[in-house]
Amino acid sequence: MQASVRPALSVNLPPIATSALARETPEALAMRMTISKLDFFYGPKQTLFDVSMGIAVNKVTSLIGPSGCGKSTLLRTLNRMYETIRGARLRGEILLDGQSILAQDVTALRRRVGMVFQRPNPFPKSIFDNVAYGLKINGSKLPISDAVEKSLRHAALWDEVKDHLHKSAYELSGGQQQRLCIARALAVEPEVLLLDEPCSALDPISTAKIEELLVQLKDICTITIVTHNMQQAARVSDFTAFLLTGQLIEFSPTPQLFTTPGDPRTEAYITGRFG
Amino acid sequence: MSPRLRWRKFVSGFMLTMTGVCALVAVSVLFLILGYLAIHGGASVNWNFFTKLPVPVGETGGGMANAILGSAKMLLLATLFGVPIGFFGAIYLAEFSGSTTAFFVRYAADLLNGVPSIVIGIFAYGLVVHPFKQYSTLAGGFALGLMMIPITLRSTEEFLRGVPNPLREAAMALGASKWKTIATVIVPAAYRGILTAILLAFARVAGETAPLLFTALGNQFWSPGWTHPTASLPVMIYTYALAPYDDWHRQAWAAGLVLLVLILVINIVARAILSRGIAVPRS
Repeated sequence: MQASVRPALSVNLPPIATSALARETPEALAMRMTISKLDFFYGPKQTLFDVSMGIAVNKVTSLIGPSGCGKSTLLRTLNRMYETIRGARLRGEILLDGQSILAQDVTALRRRVGMVFQRPNPFPKSIFDNVAYGLKINGSKLPISDAVEKSLRHAALWDEVKDHLHKSAYELSGGQQQRLCIARALAVEPEVLLLDEPCSALDPISTAKIEELLVQLKDICTITIVTHNMQQAARVSDFTAFLLTGQLIEFSPTPQLFTTPGDPRTEAYITGRFG
Repeated sequence: MSPRLRWRKFVSGFMLTMTGVCALVAVSVLFLILGYLAIHGGASVNWNFFTKLPVPVGETGGGMANAILGSAKMLLLATLFGVPIGFFGAIYLAEFSGSTTAFFVRYAADLLNGVPSIVIGIFAYGLVVHPFKQYSTLAGGFALGLMMIPITLRSTEEFLRGVPNPLREAAMALGASKWKTIATVIVPAAYRGILTAILLAFARVAGETAPLLFTALGNQFWSPGWTHPTASLPVMIYTYALAPYDDWHRQAWAAGLVLLVLILVINIVARAILSRGIAVPRS
Protein backbone atom coordinates (compact mmCIF):
# COMPACT_ATOMS: atom_id res chain seq x y z
CA MET A 1 0.00 0.00 0.00
CA GLN A 2 1.21 3.45 -0.76
CA ALA A 3 0.58 4.68 2.74
CA SER A 4 3.85 3.25 3.96
CA VAL A 5 5.86 4.98 1.25
CA ARG A 6 4.32 8.41 1.69
CA PRO A 7 5.68 9.85 -1.53
CA ALA A 8 6.24 13.56 -1.70
CA LEU A 9 4.42 14.33 -4.86
CA SER A 10 4.90 17.47 -6.80
CA VAL A 11 1.72 18.05 -8.69
CA ASN A 12 0.58 20.98 -10.69
CA LEU A 13 -1.42 22.99 -8.27
CA PRO A 14 -3.95 25.54 -9.27
CA PRO A 15 -2.65 29.08 -8.75
CA ILE A 16 -4.61 29.95 -5.63
CA ALA A 17 -3.23 27.04 -3.65
CA THR A 18 0.29 27.39 -4.98
CA SER A 19 0.60 31.01 -4.06
CA ALA A 20 -0.80 30.50 -0.61
CA LEU A 21 1.35 27.54 0.25
CA ALA A 22 4.55 28.53 -1.46
CA ARG A 23 4.90 31.70 0.55
CA GLU A 24 4.98 30.14 3.96
CA THR A 25 5.88 26.48 3.73
CA PRO A 26 7.64 25.34 0.61
CA GLU A 27 7.73 21.73 1.75
CA ALA A 28 3.96 21.76 1.89
CA LEU A 29 3.97 21.41 -1.86
CA ALA A 30 3.85 17.69 -1.15
CA MET A 31 0.15 17.21 -1.62
CA ARG A 32 -1.77 14.20 -0.42
CA MET A 33 -4.85 15.22 -2.33
CA THR A 34 -5.48 17.74 -5.07
CA ILE A 35 -8.86 19.06 -6.06
CA SER A 36 -9.13 20.80 -9.40
CA LYS A 37 -12.03 22.62 -10.98
CA LEU A 38 -14.59 20.79 -8.89
CA ASP A 39 -18.26 21.43 -9.58
CA PHE A 40 -20.84 19.59 -7.53
CA PHE A 41 -24.56 19.10 -8.09
CA TYR A 42 -27.46 17.81 -6.04
CA GLY A 43 -29.87 17.06 -8.85
CA PRO A 44 -30.22 20.28 -10.81
CA LYS A 45 -28.83 22.42 -7.98
CA GLN A 46 -25.15 23.26 -8.12
CA THR A 47 -23.57 23.53 -4.67
CA LEU A 48 -19.84 23.80 -5.44
CA PHE A 49 -18.39 26.03 -8.15
CA ASP A 50 -14.94 25.53 -9.62
CA VAL A 51 -13.17 24.64 -6.37
CA SER A 52 -9.44 23.98 -6.64
CA MET A 53 -7.18 23.34 -3.67
CA GLY A 54 -4.62 20.95 -2.26
CA ILE A 55 -4.52 18.95 0.96
CA ALA A 56 -0.92 18.99 2.19
CA VAL A 57 0.74 15.85 3.52
CA ASN A 58 0.81 15.53 7.32
CA LYS A 59 -0.87 18.86 7.85
CA VAL A 60 -4.27 19.85 9.17
CA THR A 61 -6.41 21.63 6.61
CA SER A 62 -9.64 23.16 7.80
CA LEU A 63 -12.68 24.15 5.81
CA ILE A 64 -14.70 27.02 7.23
CA GLY A 65 -17.67 29.04 6.11
CA PRO A 66 -21.28 29.78 7.03
CA SER A 67 -23.95 27.06 7.03
CA GLY A 68 -24.78 25.86 3.56
CA CYS A 69 -21.54 27.13 2.03
CA GLY A 70 -20.65 23.66 0.79
CA LYS A 71 -17.84 22.80 3.20
CA SER A 72 -19.36 19.46 4.25
CA THR A 73 -20.18 18.66 0.64
CA LEU A 74 -16.57 19.33 -0.33
CA LEU A 75 -15.38 17.05 2.48
CA ARG A 76 -17.75 14.30 1.39
CA THR A 77 -16.43 14.34 -2.16
CA LEU A 78 -12.95 13.41 -0.88
CA ASN A 79 -14.02 9.88 0.11
CA ARG A 80 -16.95 9.78 -2.31
CA MET A 81 -19.51 9.58 0.51
CA TYR A 82 -21.68 11.87 -1.60
CA GLU A 83 -22.47 8.83 -3.74
CA THR A 84 -24.89 7.53 -1.11
CA ILE A 85 -27.20 10.40 -2.02
CA ARG A 86 -29.36 9.93 -5.07
CA GLY A 87 -28.88 12.51 -7.80
CA ALA A 88 -25.54 13.77 -6.49
CA ARG A 89 -22.77 14.11 -9.08
CA LEU A 90 -19.56 16.00 -9.58
CA ARG A 91 -17.46 17.37 -12.38
CA GLY A 92 -13.74 18.01 -12.15
CA GLU A 93 -10.84 16.08 -10.76
CA ILE A 94 -9.76 14.86 -7.34
CA LEU A 95 -6.41 13.15 -7.00
CA LEU A 96 -5.11 11.05 -4.12
CA ASP A 97 -1.36 10.53 -4.37
CA GLY A 98 -1.59 11.54 -7.97
CA GLN A 99 -4.35 9.12 -8.93
CA SER A 100 -7.94 10.03 -9.64
CA ILE A 101 -10.22 8.91 -6.82
CA LEU A 102 -13.09 8.55 -9.25
CA ALA A 103 -11.26 5.85 -11.16
CA GLN A 104 -10.63 3.59 -8.21
CA ASP A 105 -12.82 1.14 -6.38
CA VAL A 106 -14.85 3.10 -3.85
CA THR A 107 -14.36 0.66 -0.97
CA ALA A 108 -10.58 0.69 -1.52
CA LEU A 109 -10.62 4.49 -1.59
CA ARG A 110 -12.52 4.72 1.69
CA ARG A 111 -9.94 2.52 3.39
CA ARG A 112 -7.33 5.11 2.43
CA VAL A 113 -9.50 8.13 3.24
CA GLY A 114 -11.19 7.65 6.62
CA MET A 115 -14.02 9.73 8.03
CA VAL A 116 -15.32 10.88 11.40
CA PHE A 117 -18.82 12.30 11.56
CA GLN A 118 -20.62 15.14 13.26
CA ARG A 119 -22.23 13.02 15.95
CA PRO A 120 -20.39 10.12 17.53
CA ASN A 121 -21.74 7.03 15.73
CA PRO A 122 -20.18 3.94 17.30
CA PHE A 123 -21.67 0.61 16.25
CA PRO A 124 -23.86 -1.22 18.77
CA LYS A 125 -20.93 -3.48 19.54
CA SER A 126 -18.19 -3.63 22.15
CA ILE A 127 -15.40 -1.05 22.27
CA PHE A 128 -12.99 -3.65 20.91
CA ASP A 129 -15.27 -4.73 18.08
CA ASN A 130 -15.83 -1.13 17.05
CA VAL A 131 -12.13 -0.54 16.52
CA ALA A 132 -11.61 -3.99 15.01
CA TYR A 133 -14.48 -3.58 12.55
CA GLY A 134 -12.50 -2.01 9.72
CA LEU A 135 -9.73 -4.57 10.10
CA LYS A 136 -12.15 -7.47 10.08
CA ILE A 137 -14.12 -6.43 7.03
CA ASN A 138 -10.92 -5.74 5.15
CA GLY A 139 -9.60 -9.18 6.01
CA SER A 140 -6.52 -7.76 7.72
CA LYS A 141 -3.72 -10.23 8.42
CA LEU A 142 -2.38 -8.15 11.32
CA PRO A 143 -2.92 -9.42 14.85
CA ILE A 144 -6.14 -7.58 15.53
CA SER A 145 -5.73 -6.95 19.25
CA ASP A 146 -2.37 -5.22 18.72
CA ALA A 147 -3.85 -3.02 16.03
CA VAL A 148 -6.81 -2.18 18.27
CA GLU A 149 -4.52 -1.16 21.12
CA LYS A 150 -2.39 0.94 18.78
CA SER A 151 -5.42 2.77 17.38
CA LEU A 152 -6.89 3.39 20.83
CA ARG A 153 -3.53 4.80 21.96
CA HIS A 154 -3.41 7.06 18.92
CA ALA A 155 -6.88 8.28 19.78
CA ALA A 156 -5.80 8.92 23.40
CA LEU A 157 -8.49 6.58 24.65
CA TRP A 158 -6.49 3.50 25.62
CA ASP A 159 -5.92 4.39 29.28
CA GLU A 160 -9.60 5.10 29.80
CA VAL A 161 -10.93 1.89 28.24
CA LYS A 162 -8.17 -0.73 28.46
CA ASP A 163 -9.85 -2.52 31.37
CA HIS A 164 -13.26 -2.82 29.77
CA LEU A 165 -12.70 -3.33 26.07
CA HIS A 166 -15.64 -5.69 25.91
CA LYS A 167 -18.22 -3.30 27.27
CA SER A 168 -20.72 -1.73 24.91
CA ALA A 169 -19.47 1.40 23.18
CA TYR A 170 -22.65 3.13 24.30
CA GLU A 171 -21.46 3.09 27.89
CA LEU A 172 -18.82 5.68 27.01
CA SER A 173 -19.41 9.42 27.28
CA GLY A 174 -20.04 11.44 24.13
CA GLY A 175 -16.45 12.67 23.96
CA GLN A 176 -15.08 9.17 24.50
CA GLN A 177 -17.43 7.84 21.82
CA GLN A 178 -16.09 10.40 19.37
CA ARG A 179 -12.50 9.43 20.18
CA LEU A 180 -13.56 5.81 19.72
CA CYS A 181 -14.84 6.74 16.27
CA ILE A 182 -11.46 8.33 15.55
CA ALA A 183 -9.71 5.16 16.73
CA ARG A 184 -12.04 3.10 14.54
CA ALA A 185 -11.10 5.21 11.53
CA LEU A 186 -7.38 5.08 12.36
CA ALA A 187 -7.36 1.30 12.70
CA VAL A 188 -7.29 0.75 8.94
CA GLU A 189 -4.33 3.15 8.73
CA PRO A 190 -5.82 5.69 6.36
CA GLU A 191 -3.60 8.19 4.60
CA VAL A 192 -6.18 10.92 5.04
CA LEU A 193 -8.63 11.46 7.89
CA LEU A 194 -11.70 13.58 7.18
CA LEU A 195 -13.59 15.07 10.13
CA ASP A 196 -17.00 16.63 9.64
CA GLU A 197 -17.57 19.04 12.53
CA PRO A 198 -16.37 16.36 14.97
CA CYS A 199 -16.90 18.51 18.07
CA SER A 200 -20.27 20.05 17.35
CA ALA A 201 -22.07 17.61 19.68
CA LEU A 202 -19.43 17.73 22.44
CA ASP A 203 -18.78 19.75 25.58
CA PRO A 204 -15.76 22.11 25.79
CA ILE A 205 -13.52 19.67 27.69
CA SER A 206 -14.11 16.84 25.23
CA THR A 207 -13.60 19.32 22.40
CA ALA A 208 -10.24 20.38 23.82
CA LYS A 209 -9.14 16.74 24.02
CA ILE A 210 -10.04 16.11 20.42
CA GLU A 211 -8.29 19.25 19.23
CA GLU A 212 -5.15 18.23 21.09
CA LEU A 213 -5.43 14.82 19.51
CA LEU A 214 -5.72 16.19 15.99
CA VAL A 215 -2.48 18.08 16.34
CA GLN A 216 -0.73 14.86 17.42
CA LEU A 217 -2.31 12.80 14.66
CA LYS A 218 -0.68 14.93 11.98
CA ASP A 219 2.38 12.74 12.32
CA ILE A 220 0.58 9.63 11.17
CA CYS A 221 -1.92 10.98 8.69
CA THR A 222 -3.15 13.95 6.75
CA ILE A 223 -6.16 15.65 8.28
CA THR A 224 -8.99 17.66 6.80
CA ILE A 225 -11.56 19.09 9.17
CA VAL A 226 -14.80 20.92 8.58
CA THR A 227 -15.71 23.26 11.38
CA HIS A 228 -18.16 26.05 11.99
CA ASN A 229 -15.98 27.21 14.84
CA MET A 230 -13.36 29.68 13.62
CA GLN A 231 -11.35 29.54 16.83
CA GLN A 232 -11.08 25.80 16.36
CA ALA A 233 -9.78 26.22 12.82
CA ALA A 234 -7.26 28.75 14.09
CA ARG A 235 -6.13 26.47 16.91
CA VAL A 236 -5.69 23.18 15.08
CA SER A 237 -5.05 23.79 11.42
CA ASP A 238 -2.06 24.68 9.29
CA PHE A 239 -4.11 25.73 6.30
CA THR A 240 -7.60 27.13 6.13
CA ALA A 241 -10.00 27.29 3.24
CA PHE A 242 -12.90 29.73 3.42
CA LEU A 243 -15.95 28.84 1.37
CA LEU A 244 -18.98 30.97 0.63
CA THR A 245 -22.04 29.92 -1.39
CA GLY A 246 -20.15 27.04 -2.96
CA GLN A 247 -17.08 29.01 -3.98
CA LEU A 248 -13.61 28.82 -2.54
CA ILE A 249 -12.97 32.42 -1.55
CA GLU A 250 -9.61 32.09 0.06
CA PHE A 251 -7.14 29.33 0.84
CA SER A 252 -4.10 30.32 2.89
CA PRO A 253 -1.87 29.27 5.75
CA THR A 254 -4.05 29.58 8.83
CA PRO A 255 -2.22 32.46 10.58
CA GLN A 256 -2.32 34.47 7.39
CA LEU A 257 -6.01 33.87 6.74
CA PHE A 258 -6.98 34.96 10.23
CA THR A 259 -4.61 37.95 10.53
CA THR A 260 -4.32 39.37 7.03
CA PRO A 261 -7.14 37.95 4.97
CA GLY A 262 -6.74 38.61 1.27
CA ASP A 263 -10.42 38.98 0.48
CA PRO A 264 -12.89 41.41 2.03
CA ARG A 265 -15.47 38.59 2.32
CA THR A 266 -13.07 36.50 4.39
CA GLU A 267 -12.45 39.47 6.61
CA ALA A 268 -16.15 40.09 7.00
CA TYR A 269 -16.72 36.45 7.98
CA ILE A 270 -13.86 36.08 10.44
CA THR A 271 -14.70 39.34 12.15
CA GLY A 272 -18.24 38.08 12.63
CA ARG A 273 -20.07 40.37 10.28
CA PHE A 274 -22.10 37.47 8.88
CA GLY A 275 -22.48 33.72 9.21
CA MET B 1 -69.64 25.76 43.22
CA SER B 2 -71.37 27.22 40.22
CA PRO B 3 -73.75 24.93 38.30
CA ARG B 4 -71.55 25.23 35.27
CA LEU B 5 -68.44 24.05 37.15
CA ARG B 6 -70.46 21.22 38.71
CA TRP B 7 -71.63 20.13 35.27
CA ARG B 8 -68.06 20.17 33.96
CA LYS B 9 -66.86 18.09 36.87
CA PHE B 10 -69.67 15.63 36.26
CA VAL B 11 -68.85 15.29 32.53
CA SER B 12 -65.19 14.83 33.31
CA GLY B 13 -65.90 12.15 35.92
CA PHE B 14 -68.38 10.38 33.66
CA MET B 15 -66.01 10.23 30.70
CA LEU B 16 -63.15 9.03 32.88
CA THR B 17 -65.32 6.20 34.24
CA MET B 18 -66.63 5.25 30.79
CA THR B 19 -63.20 5.06 29.13
CA GLY B 20 -61.89 3.11 32.10
CA VAL B 21 -64.72 0.59 31.88
CA CYS B 22 -64.12 0.14 28.13
CA ALA B 23 -60.42 -0.46 28.74
CA LEU B 24 -61.32 -2.99 31.40
CA VAL B 25 -63.71 -4.83 29.06
CA ALA B 26 -61.03 -4.94 26.35
CA VAL B 27 -58.54 -6.51 28.73
CA SER B 28 -60.99 -8.87 30.37
CA VAL B 29 -62.00 -10.51 27.08
CA LEU B 30 -58.62 -12.23 26.98
CA PHE B 31 -58.93 -13.45 30.54
CA LEU B 32 -62.54 -14.54 30.01
CA ILE B 33 -61.47 -16.66 27.04
CA LEU B 34 -58.54 -18.10 28.97
CA GLY B 35 -60.72 -18.85 31.98
CA TYR B 36 -63.46 -20.37 29.87
CA LEU B 37 -61.01 -22.61 28.07
CA ALA B 38 -59.37 -23.59 31.35
CA ILE B 39 -62.71 -24.54 32.91
CA HIS B 40 -63.89 -26.62 29.97
CA GLY B 41 -60.63 -28.01 28.70
CA GLY B 42 -58.25 -27.81 31.63
CA ALA B 43 -59.15 -31.26 32.91
CA SER B 44 -58.45 -32.85 29.54
CA VAL B 45 -54.98 -31.37 29.22
CA ASN B 46 -52.94 -34.23 30.57
CA TRP B 47 -50.01 -36.41 29.57
CA ASN B 48 -52.21 -38.46 27.23
CA PHE B 49 -53.30 -35.36 25.36
CA PHE B 50 -49.73 -34.72 24.28
CA THR B 51 -48.67 -38.32 23.66
CA LYS B 52 -51.67 -40.39 22.46
CA LEU B 53 -53.49 -40.59 19.16
CA PRO B 54 -57.20 -39.76 18.99
CA VAL B 55 -59.39 -42.73 19.90
CA PRO B 56 -62.55 -43.90 18.10
CA VAL B 57 -65.90 -42.50 19.16
CA GLY B 58 -67.15 -44.13 22.29
CA GLU B 59 -63.81 -44.81 23.87
CA THR B 60 -62.63 -42.25 26.40
CA GLY B 61 -59.10 -40.95 26.71
CA GLY B 62 -56.77 -40.52 23.79
CA GLY B 63 -54.98 -37.35 22.78
CA MET B 64 -53.93 -35.15 19.94
CA ALA B 65 -50.25 -36.02 19.60
CA ASN B 66 -50.61 -36.33 15.82
CA ALA B 67 -52.21 -32.88 15.57
CA ILE B 68 -49.49 -31.30 17.71
CA LEU B 69 -46.76 -32.87 15.58
CA GLY B 70 -48.65 -31.97 12.38
CA SER B 71 -48.94 -28.34 13.45
CA ALA B 72 -45.27 -28.26 14.41
CA LYS B 73 -44.19 -29.69 11.04
CA MET B 74 -46.33 -27.25 9.06
CA LEU B 75 -45.18 -24.27 11.13
CA LEU B 76 -41.59 -25.33 10.56
CA LEU B 77 -42.16 -25.45 6.81
CA ALA B 78 -44.01 -22.14 6.88
CA THR B 79 -41.15 -20.50 8.76
CA LEU B 80 -38.53 -21.93 6.41
CA PHE B 81 -40.53 -20.71 3.44
CA GLY B 82 -42.04 -17.42 4.59
CA VAL B 83 -39.36 -15.93 6.85
CA PRO B 84 -36.45 -15.85 4.36
CA ILE B 85 -38.62 -14.31 1.66
CA GLY B 86 -40.04 -11.73 4.04
CA PHE B 87 -36.63 -11.02 5.58
CA PHE B 88 -34.68 -10.54 2.35
CA GLY B 89 -37.58 -8.69 0.76
CA ALA B 90 -37.52 -6.31 3.71
CA ILE B 91 -33.78 -5.76 3.27
CA TYR B 92 -34.39 -4.89 -0.36
CA LEU B 93 -37.17 -2.48 0.57
CA ALA B 94 -35.34 -0.77 3.40
CA GLU B 95 -31.84 -0.63 1.94
CA PHE B 96 -31.88 -0.84 -1.84
CA SER B 97 -35.14 0.13 -3.48
CA GLY B 98 -36.16 3.55 -4.65
CA SER B 99 -39.23 5.13 -3.16
CA THR B 100 -41.58 4.15 -6.01
CA THR B 101 -40.71 0.46 -5.96
CA ALA B 102 -40.86 0.45 -2.18
CA PHE B 103 -44.29 2.03 -2.29
CA PHE B 104 -45.70 -0.65 -4.58
CA VAL B 105 -44.08 -3.58 -2.79
CA ARG B 106 -45.22 -2.27 0.58
CA TYR B 107 -48.73 -1.72 -0.72
CA ALA B 108 -48.85 -5.20 -2.21
CA ALA B 109 -47.60 -6.69 1.06
CA ASP B 110 -50.30 -4.86 2.99
CA LEU B 111 -52.93 -6.14 0.58
CA LEU B 112 -51.58 -9.68 0.84
CA ASN B 113 -51.74 -9.33 4.60
CA GLY B 114 -55.41 -8.43 4.24
CA VAL B 115 -56.32 -11.35 1.97
CA PRO B 116 -58.75 -13.56 3.92
CA SER B 117 -56.98 -16.69 5.08
CA ILE B 118 -59.59 -18.89 3.42
CA VAL B 119 -58.64 -17.38 0.06
CA ILE B 120 -55.00 -18.18 0.78
CA GLY B 121 -56.20 -21.75 1.42
CA ILE B 122 -57.99 -21.97 -1.93
CA PHE B 123 -54.96 -20.55 -3.69
CA ALA B 124 -52.64 -23.12 -2.08
CA TYR B 125 -55.17 -25.81 -2.97
CA GLY B 126 -55.12 -24.77 -6.62
CA LEU B 127 -51.37 -24.47 -6.75
CA VAL B 128 -50.13 -27.41 -4.70
CA VAL B 129 -52.94 -29.81 -3.83
CA HIS B 130 -54.85 -29.99 -7.10
CA PRO B 131 -51.91 -30.66 -9.49
CA PHE B 132 -50.53 -33.44 -7.29
CA LYS B 133 -53.97 -34.79 -6.33
CA GLN B 134 -52.80 -35.01 -2.74
CA TYR B 135 -53.52 -33.14 0.49
CA SER B 136 -50.27 -32.85 2.36
CA THR B 137 -48.16 -31.34 5.12
CA LEU B 138 -46.22 -29.54 2.38
CA ALA B 139 -49.35 -27.85 1.06
CA GLY B 140 -50.36 -26.78 4.58
CA GLY B 141 -46.89 -25.40 5.28
CA PHE B 142 -46.96 -23.55 1.96
CA ALA B 143 -50.30 -21.89 2.75
CA LEU B 144 -49.14 -20.81 6.22
CA GLY B 145 -45.81 -19.62 4.79
CA LEU B 146 -47.64 -17.39 2.30
CA MET B 147 -49.33 -15.71 5.23
CA MET B 148 -46.03 -15.22 7.06
CA ILE B 149 -44.39 -13.37 4.15
CA PRO B 150 -46.16 -10.00 4.44
CA ILE B 151 -46.11 -9.97 8.25
CA THR B 152 -42.38 -10.67 8.41
CA LEU B 153 -41.64 -8.30 5.55
CA ARG B 154 -43.46 -5.26 6.87
CA SER B 155 -42.28 -5.46 10.45
CA THR B 156 -38.69 -6.37 9.55
CA GLU B 157 -38.63 -3.39 7.20
CA GLU B 158 -39.82 -1.09 9.98
CA PHE B 159 -37.04 -2.26 12.30
CA LEU B 160 -34.39 -1.93 9.58
CA ARG B 161 -35.54 1.60 8.84
CA GLY B 162 -35.24 2.34 12.55
CA VAL B 163 -31.47 1.83 12.41
CA PRO B 164 -29.97 5.35 12.40
CA ASN B 165 -28.37 6.44 9.13
CA PRO B 166 -25.06 7.51 10.72
CA LEU B 167 -24.34 3.82 11.41
CA ARG B 168 -24.62 3.05 7.69
CA GLU B 169 -22.33 5.95 6.90
CA ALA B 170 -19.81 4.85 9.53
CA ALA B 171 -19.53 1.37 8.04
CA MET B 172 -19.35 2.60 4.47
CA ALA B 173 -16.72 5.20 5.37
CA LEU B 174 -14.55 2.32 6.63
CA GLY B 175 -14.66 0.70 3.22
CA ALA B 176 -17.52 -1.71 3.81
CA SER B 177 -19.56 -2.55 0.73
CA LYS B 178 -23.30 -2.05 0.84
CA TRP B 179 -23.95 -5.73 1.53
CA LYS B 180 -21.21 -5.92 4.17
CA THR B 181 -22.73 -2.90 5.89
CA ILE B 182 -26.11 -4.59 5.97
CA ALA B 183 -24.79 -7.94 7.15
CA THR B 184 -22.36 -6.71 9.80
CA VAL B 185 -23.97 -3.54 11.13
CA ILE B 186 -27.59 -2.97 10.17
CA VAL B 187 -29.07 -6.42 10.69
CA PRO B 188 -27.16 -6.96 13.98
CA ALA B 189 -28.39 -3.56 15.19
CA ALA B 190 -31.99 -4.52 14.39
CA TYR B 191 -31.86 -8.21 15.30
CA ARG B 192 -34.07 -7.99 18.38
CA GLY B 193 -36.78 -6.32 16.38
CA ILE B 194 -36.44 -8.78 13.52
CA LEU B 195 -36.60 -11.74 15.89
CA THR B 196 -39.73 -10.28 17.44
CA ALA B 197 -41.26 -9.80 14.01
CA ILE B 198 -40.62 -13.44 13.13
CA LEU B 199 -42.07 -14.71 16.42
CA LEU B 200 -45.19 -12.58 16.02
CA ALA B 201 -45.67 -13.82 12.45
CA PHE B 202 -45.27 -17.36 13.74
CA ALA B 203 -47.81 -16.83 16.51
CA ARG B 204 -50.18 -15.24 14.03
CA VAL B 205 -50.32 -18.25 11.69
CA ALA B 206 -50.09 -20.88 14.42
CA GLY B 207 -53.82 -20.55 15.03
CA GLU B 208 -54.94 -20.36 11.39
CA THR B 209 -57.58 -22.92 10.45
CA ALA B 210 -59.00 -21.89 7.11
CA PRO B 211 -55.84 -22.28 4.99
CA LEU B 212 -55.37 -25.79 6.37
CA LEU B 213 -58.88 -27.06 5.58
CA PHE B 214 -58.08 -27.37 1.87
CA THR B 215 -54.42 -28.19 2.12
CA ALA B 216 -53.56 -30.38 5.09
CA LEU B 217 -57.15 -31.65 5.38
CA GLY B 218 -56.84 -33.58 8.64
CA ASN B 219 -55.99 -37.06 9.79
CA GLN B 220 -56.93 -39.29 12.73
CA PHE B 221 -53.54 -40.98 12.64
CA TRP B 222 -49.87 -40.14 12.35
CA SER B 223 -48.94 -38.57 9.04
CA PRO B 224 -45.66 -40.08 7.81
CA GLY B 225 -43.30 -37.83 5.88
CA TRP B 226 -44.44 -34.62 4.26
CA THR B 227 -46.75 -35.71 1.46
CA HIS B 228 -49.79 -37.04 3.28
CA PRO B 229 -52.81 -35.38 4.83
CA THR B 230 -52.02 -34.38 8.37
CA ALA B 231 -53.86 -33.38 11.49
CA SER B 232 -53.30 -29.95 13.02
CA LEU B 233 -54.52 -28.36 16.24
CA PRO B 234 -56.77 -25.69 14.70
CA VAL B 235 -58.47 -28.11 12.29
CA MET B 236 -58.82 -30.66 15.09
CA ILE B 237 -60.63 -28.02 17.18
CA TYR B 238 -62.93 -27.29 14.26
CA THR B 239 -63.75 -30.95 13.64
CA TYR B 240 -64.12 -31.93 17.27
CA ALA B 241 -66.20 -28.92 18.25
CA LEU B 242 -68.72 -29.64 15.48
CA ALA B 243 -69.05 -33.34 16.36
CA PRO B 244 -71.99 -34.42 18.52
CA TYR B 245 -69.91 -36.15 21.21
CA ASP B 246 -69.24 -34.68 24.66
CA ASP B 247 -65.85 -36.33 24.88
CA TRP B 248 -64.76 -34.70 21.62
CA HIS B 249 -66.01 -31.33 22.87
CA ARG B 250 -63.79 -31.64 25.92
CA GLN B 251 -60.84 -32.52 23.69
CA ALA B 252 -61.58 -29.49 21.49
CA TRP B 253 -61.57 -27.21 24.55
CA ALA B 254 -58.27 -28.71 25.63
CA ALA B 255 -56.77 -28.19 22.17
CA GLY B 256 -57.97 -24.59 22.21
CA LEU B 257 -56.37 -24.04 25.58
CA VAL B 258 -53.06 -25.53 24.45
CA LEU B 259 -53.04 -23.47 21.27
CA LEU B 260 -53.88 -20.24 23.06
CA VAL B 261 -51.25 -20.79 25.74
CA LEU B 262 -48.68 -21.53 23.04
CA ILE B 263 -49.49 -18.30 21.23
CA LEU B 264 -49.50 -16.29 24.45
CA VAL B 265 -46.12 -17.67 25.42
CA ILE B 266 -44.65 -16.77 22.00
CA ASN B 267 -46.05 -13.27 22.31
CA ILE B 268 -44.66 -12.81 25.80
CA VAL B 269 -41.23 -14.08 24.73
CA ALA B 270 -41.30 -11.74 21.74
CA ARG B 271 -42.12 -8.73 23.93
CA ALA B 272 -39.45 -9.73 26.42
CA ILE B 273 -36.83 -9.84 23.66
CA LEU B 274 -37.88 -6.43 22.45
CA SER B 275 -38.04 -4.83 25.88
CA ARG B 276 -34.49 -5.87 26.71
CA GLY B 277 -33.85 -2.67 24.82
CA ILE B 278 -33.26 -1.74 21.24
CA ALA B 279 -29.55 -2.14 20.74
CA VAL B 280 -29.21 1.30 19.21
CA PRO B 281 -30.21 4.46 21.05
CA ARG B 282 -32.47 6.60 18.90
CA SER B 283 -31.15 10.08 18.46
